[in-house]
Amino acid sequence: MSALLAVRDLRIAFAGDDGRVTEAVRGISFDIEAGKTLALVGESGSGKSVTALSILRLLPPSARVNGRIDFGGTDLAAASDRKLREVRGNDISMIFQEPMTSLNPLHTVERQVGEVLTVHRGLGRTATRKRTLELLRDVGIPDPEARLSAFPHQLSGGQRQRVMIAMALANEPRLLIADEPTTALDVTVQAQILELLKSLQARLGMAMLFITHDLGIVRKMADETCVMTRGEIVERGPTGQIFASPQHHYTRHLLAAEPKGTPPTHRPEATLLLEGSDVKVWFPVRRGVLRRTVGYIKAVDGVDVAVRAGETLGVVGESGSGKTTLGRALLRLISSEGRIAFLGSDIRQKSWNAMRPLRKDMQIVFQDPFGSLSPRMPIGDIVGEGLKIHFPRLTAAEREQRVAQALTEVGLDPGNRLRYPHEFSGGQRQRIAIARAMILEPRFVVLDEPTSALDMSVQAQVVDLLRDLQRRHGLAYLFISHDLKVVRALANDILVMKDGKVVEAGPAADIFAAPKTDYTRALMAAAFDIAAVPGGDGRE
Amino acid sequence: MTALRAIPAGLGLPTPLLAPADAFSAASAPAAKTFTLSPLNRRRLRNFRANRRGWWSFWIFLFLFLVTLGSELIASDRPIVVYYKGEWLFPIAVNYPESKFGGFAAITRFRDPANRDEINAHGWMLFPPIRYSYDTKDEYLPAPSPPSWTMTPEQRCEGYEQKTADSDCNWGNYHWLGTDDRGFDVVASLLYGFRISVLFGLTLTVVSSVVGVAVGAISGFFGGWTDLLIQRFIDIWTAIPALYLLLIISSVLAPSFLTLLGILLLFSWVALVGLVRAEFLRGRNLEYVAAARALGVSTPTIMWRHLLPNAMVSTLTFLPFILGGSITTLTSLDYLGFGLPPGSPSLGVLLSQGTDNLQAPWLALTGFVTISVMLSLLIFIGEAARDAFDPRKTFA
Repeated sequence: MSALLAVRDLRIAFAGDDGRVTEAVRGISFDIEAGKTLALVGESGSGKSVTALSILRLLPPSARVNGRIDFGGTDLAAASDRKLREVRGNDISMIFQEPMTSLNPLHTVERQVGEVLTVHRGLGRTATRKRTLELLRDVGIPDPEARLSAFPHQLSGGQRQRVMIAMALANEPRLLIADEPTTALDVTVQAQILELLKSLQARLGMAMLFITHDLGIVRKMADETCVMTRGEIVERGPTGQIFASPQHHYTRHLLAAEPKGTPPTHRPEATLLLEGSDVKVWFPVRRGVLRRTVGYIKAVDGVDVAVRAGETLGVVGESGSGKTTLGRALLRLISSEGRIAFLGSDIRQKSWNAMRPLRKDMQIVFQDPFGSLSPRMPIGDIVGEGLKIHFPRLTAAEREQRVAQALTEVGLDPGNRLRYPHEFSGGQRQRIAIARAMILEPRFVVLDEPTSALDMSVQAQVVDLLRDLQRRHGLAYLFISHDLKVVRALANDILVMKDGKVVEAGPAADIFAAPKTDYTRALMAAAFDIAAVPGGDGRE
Repeated sequence: MTALRAIPAGLGLPTPLLAPADAFSAASAPAAKTFTLSPLNRRRLRNFRANRRGWWSFWIFLFLFLVTLGSELIASDRPIVVYYKGEWLFPIAVNYPESKFGGFAAITRFRDPANRDEINAHGWMLFPPIRYSYDTKDEYLPAPSPPSWTMTPEQRCEGYEQKTADSDCNWGNYHWLGTDDRGFDVVASLLYGFRISVLFGLTLTVVSSVVGVAVGAISGFFGGWTDLLIQRFIDIWTAIPALYLLLIISSVLAPSFLTLLGILLLFSWVALVGLVRAEFLRGRNLEYVAAARALGVSTPTIMWRHLLPNAMVSTLTFLPFILGGSITTLTSLDYLGFGLPPGSPSLGVLLSQGTDNLQAPWLALTGFVTISVMLSLLIFIGEAARDAFDPRKTFA
């Protein structure tokens, strides 16, 4: 049987402003059979997204594409624009990673989905509406009639991605290109979307090119897998075979990249470093001309926490559950109610200035290594900033030495301290952010999803680094994450949050062994088996 | 399909290109190049130079500015050095009464034949290459007079006593760009006018930027009521037709360099507020600002060190426009006769001379070419400066 899509010796290069040419894809070939799923796996920068975009020729003009992209007898790489427009959205359609930015914020759901139908099928108003409703029902949007007039911002992330899928499937394409379709979603929602894609594929008999960095998803979704790194396919084969006996060292490296290791052992005699009881963060909702408070958004609603020296408390939950707000409230970065005690003394009443000496002992590492470093400061200055405040007596040379030491400790070359953040990869930036927190030798660090924005193998390295630092300095962590795999590798105790409240708390081992609530079970099923548990997700 | 059209240009593409190839060994350093001498400024300089047009514009403008700063050495009705009766005199810097040379006036008029002969009899004097200042009336030629090089020697020397044989009918008394209808030399007006325009523009730009950035920063960073009050005030303020009010104020107040600066500042500081406010509003919620707060950094430091640099690029992009705008406003006030005190050298006066004397096209042409060249140069420099301060600019 001949392949539906055959890519031969595809090369993509980008010409920079300065005339330099960067090769993003170096001669890759692959086939997709009708009705099958091929996964392109690789880390960021491996060229997988560029490959996907090149199939529909969606790359910017600076890209130079060479090679054959054969789709049902036509070479898309050489086809006319007219021919391409017929193919786009009709025979081949695509879904993207970020459902918020791939939907037009000013169009209703009906208009977004309807447009595809009008353009390619020329359907009339009533027919379009009927087909749109049918599609929305297919992708599992509850009460589709009511949702027709909704705008993207009125939908949750999962619902938006479902609308994207409805648009992609509107004309029953023969090939669906899914570019990291679930990366921006919560784990539980991710599991549901993947299941939806699978069932739709089985029903419509379409082929799928699935692009992801997550091996767990590949194992679940793909018939065949191509492993990409640095613009080349280094290994290909049936998915089962690749997982069972990886041949290439890069594949083995990827497979071994799962966060490993065990959390520090629990010592009941360790000092109680930070304690919060009945912590509440309520944001008032104001209405009317007089801005009267008509209600509250209860971001954190009566949470008790306790963190001991040298141990890690994991806070897990879906996005919007109040994890991040809790972390910031404990550091007194936002105001809250309820007692928060650091080393036994209540810090809730302290003014901003009175908090300053304590900041040395309480630090935070943020999720987004791109956003948390000032783009206009060299990393040496970023890391050294805290020293200027808390150790003003240090001379410039001493400070420089401490910065170099901190950078070395997180595995970076101190020779790079004059470079700007944009010159570093995501993992390196997260190391810089960690160095900034660690240089003050804090006793308590809030880690707010420090690994979520990173590639799998980098994630594992950062987890190892964090554990290593904890052991060496006896640090206490509050580890906020939605990724239970990472939490399992780091946390002694766990706090499961939902809608601002704690639904389950206790030693990590107990919770992983026997979760008590449906919510926790759903989180765990989604994280470890990528399975959706019916009724486990409270938000959709 | 909407989705396909909605892709931002180059979706996710820069990332694979910018991310160093060490995605799977995050610890290794990006191509280690070690600088020994302030690498930061070196990179900025390189980016600035990479913009060839801006780089050349910068040198041309600097050259013109430096040359006009020394206008007295190029065009003046006073000699640079006088050697008189064994005494060294510097009329260019010192006012000598005429009694020094046997006369009775309070100020020596060195162009006066009587004084000249007296000095030449007891020593010598060295004039600048052009023997007119911006307010030296040429009494020997009908005004306005076309550029001297378009006239025959007979026409040129018509007014002098000995006609073409007169020693005063020389290169130093040439009018390279003619004279205006008051008999003032155009080159001299141009030199002095350019200098005062640039000095005035620079001063106004610096002062109004400082005020504008400060107000914008406060408005954006603190938000809430502060922001609301400042913004509504600016709304009302900008609704005032500025030029008319400027005309009214400058017709009431006695015009001088400083009062004019103050009057123009009343309206020019608003230009940057919106821009800086937007940057601060966006910036105060960024994670690295939260990180700085978590480090215990004080509010003024956060504003200065973390947020201001972000606002600087858009500010710098705007600066040439403000500078150009300041010069244009001054020129238009001068043109209308409400600008600098009467008798000051000014490009606006040169332009109004041009419109009053359409039979003398050298006046309007000179004013037009000068102003357009000056404003173009400033904008090219501004573009290059913007490139220089943008750290995300790929450095070759």
